[in-house]
Amino acid sequence: MTEPVIDIRNLSKSFGGLKATDNVSLDLRPGEIHALIGPNGAGKTTLIYQICGSLKPSVGSIHFRGDDITGLDVAARAQLGLGRTFQISSLALEFSALRNVMLAVQSRQGSSFRFFRNVMADANLTEPALAALARVGLEQRASVPASELSHGERRQLEIAIALALGSKALLFDEPMAGMGQEGSRALTRLLDALRQEAPILLVEHDMDAVFALADRISVLVYGRIIASGTVAEIRTNPDVRAAYLGARQ
Amino acid sequence: MRREPILNAALALLLLAAPLAAFVLDEPFYISLTTRIVILAIAAAGLNLALGFGGLVSFGHAAFFGIGGYAAGILAAHAFNMEPLLGLPATDLMPTIWIVAVLICAIVALPIGAISLRTSGVYFIMITLAFAQMIYYFAISWPAYNGEDGLSITVRNAFPGLNTANPLSFFLVCYLVLMAVLAVIWRLRDSRFGAALQASRQNAVRVSAVGIRPFRIRLVAFILSAVITGIAGALFADLNRFVSPSMMSWQMSGELIVLVILGGTGRLFGPVAGAILYVLLEFMLGGITERWQFFLGFILLGVVLFARGGIVGVIAGKVRHD
Repeated sequence: MTEPVIDIRNLSKSFGGLKATDNVSLDLRPGEIHALIGPNGAGKTTLIYQICGSLKPSVGSIHFRGDDITGLDVAARAQLGLGRTFQISSLALEFSALRNVMLAVQSRQGSSFRFFRNVMADANLTEPALAALARVGLEQRASVPASELSHGERRQLEIAIALALGSKALLFDEPMAGMGQEGSRALTRLLDALRQEAPILLVEHDMDAVFALADRISVLVYGRIIASGTVAEIRTNPDVRAAYLGARQ
Repeated sequence: MRREPILNAALALLLLAAPLAAFVLDEPFYISLTTRIVILAIAAAGLNLALGFGGLVSFGHAAFFGIGGYAAGILAAHAFNMEPLLGLPATDLMPTIWIVAVLICAIVALPIGAISLRTSGVYFIMITLAFAQMIYYFAISWPAYNGEDGLSITVRNAFPGLNTANPLSFFLVCYLVLMAVLAVIWRLRDSRFGAALQASRQNAVRVSAVGIRPFRIRLVAFILSAVITGIAGALFADLNRFVSPSMMSWQMSGELIVLVILGGTGRLFGPVAGAILYVLLEFMLGGITERWQFFLGFILLGVVLFARGGIVGVIAGKVRHD
């Protein structure tokens, strides 16, 4: 069996008396889309925050491509190749789409302590950034400020940034939320193609997308993983039906 | 969107033409008035690097302005009395004084920035103010250099090949420093460092998520900003041939912030436009009433309410990043 790209072992996080993450073990293997689902308040976003490094777990460890990254900060994890999108898009709003992506390219290339050369005249920055925009279908919107992009375009832009970072694993926090039907379908096709390049941990409420894309699904309820398995296994799991799918019907 | 370069060129030419005209008309007062504008513009350009591009509202930049001033004053006093300073011969050469001012400002700004940048928002404002007040009170209680009474510079410091006692020559020195500072900031703004700095102002979470630490970027920007304001301080001391703790007062820090906001935060020539307006208001309204700052308050209110981009914003429109 190949080594997992992300390997989460016995992770717990408490806020006072509340166990937001309760002894979670989870892995992400090369080439797969691993969906993380669960009702609202299940602790999905708290888990994502711990994987990205913006929250420190109380107990447990996170390994990325074989190395323990539990003690690293957000920037260090990003440099190692942990790319993410945000539940609510988080962009440099005054910058154009292109410049948002260029920031990731410049980080990937090493130093931001270069004080002289104009970035817009630097093909080492603009070309990879344009290529990343083209992959998500935003090349026509490259010079538009992020603040003027539509909700769906901002989500595409975040994915382009994660791609430009040369991510070795991708964490997508509800990328389908608020996308129209057409947008969801296009995004589903994009994620489907991306998994060979970097495995994806996908937090998503859109069950059609999850069932269409996921190789494996883990179900999080009250901070615990109550079930983990293939789409077919999860669909028929009685605990899941009771805790999650049942509650929706 | 291409109005901004034209406005910048116009401002640069205006600043150069005014003292030349004053020279021809034999009105030396106007030469020193313009010199004052130029020096305040340098100081505010320094602050603009932190405040405008980095979003770091430092309410303590007067400390660096004063440190630059004292570097000029102390070196001049020692050179005049032929007293060595710390075992080294003192100098009255401006370029050397500027280097000293730059080094001391950098050494002081490093710990101030490293501590202040752990906070943000109103706490950052307060902590930079607190550091500046510490330095201010240190200067007041420093008997070796006359404490509160300040220090006179008997002969304006020298610049190789120029007679700096001549107002026009001194103006040209200051003007060239301003243009050099603006050229440096222009390059910085469009560089990788500038991209990271401006992105950190817009969204620090995003910057971390692509693997860049905003803290380091901001710290370097804060130090560069302090250094530029320090050079302006050295020139200001030479202009007045006097330096006192009042250069470090919190009112001075506030004045620098006002210059930046009036002119347009985060605009290359914003501090220049702000300094022109401020000094002219001070001069013209100050001639009519002692309470000219009351009217300045109205103008500032108008800018903040109706013209967030300041003078440059009103004339040249919003900032547009390619």
